[in-house]
Amino acid sequence: MALIEFVLVSVALLGVGIYGLAVKRNAIRMLFAVEIIINAANLNLVAFSRHVADSGGQSLALFSIAVAAAEVAVGLALVVVAYRMYRDIDIAKFRSLKG
Amino acid sequence: MADGVFLALAVLTIGSAIAALEMRSLIYGSIALMGSLGGVAGFFFLLDAPFVALFQLAVYVGSIAVLILFTVMLVRRELIFRKVEDKRRRMAGIGLLLVFMVAVGAVVISSGIHDMETDSPPVDFRDIGADFLIYYWPALVVMALILSGAVTGALVLARREDGPD
Repeated sequence: MALIEFVLVSVALLGVGIYGLAVKRNAIRMLFAVEIIINAANLNLVAFSRHVADSGGQSLALFSIAVAAAEVAVGLALVVVAYRMYRDIDIAKFRSLKG
Repeated sequence: MADGVFLALAVLTIGSAIAALEMRSLIYGSIALMGSLGGVAGFFFLLDAPFVALFQLAVYVGSIAVLILFTVMLVRRELIFRKVEDKRRRMAGIGLLLVFMVAVGAVVISSGIHDMETDSPPVDFRDIGADFLIYYWPALVVMALILSGAVTGALVLARREDGPD
């Protein structure tokens, strides 16, 4: 199996994630885009780990998945708080920083 | 070259990633996101990394996607279906996507990893366990603290102060 195929899939996923971050204004959809980008990075890590035959890449991917879980928990809590304050999940409406 | 399983997984992963961003309903979007994350887990199986694949299934498909689904259901109904976006901004986004994919793809294809193949045996997952306990245990402790801190922070953030006692 060639490494290049996995790297190309990862590039495609990263492109889709960047598109989502650039275009979408819905806070939850932007979180989806961040998840897709993190998965592209993990796919790269594991693919290179397979081809270098070193377990370091897989360990780093495991850590990355755990950090992503924490990030999603905090991100969704922020979305819930912002929704409670503004009754909306459009990030263009989140204008003020005052509580 | 690419075999059928690889192609099917690639189509599933990238297609449902696009569907997750473009579906009208956020609920179907998060289910499509589950499909995309599951496709990445399939790639991990193809890469002989079953431990990472099962971790991905348990953490991403099992917990993160369900967490997202519950949050989506907390949001008012008409917001779930509303899509606010500029036509022009969207076209610019698609242009950015294509330029990025073509540019980075060309760089990757012309680079040295083009003909990187491997005959080495896959990494045994027992090595990962040994690494975790021998080299990375301080990082594991820090990770546990980060996770508990993040979950506590999320609970504190999402707590209602005006709720019924």
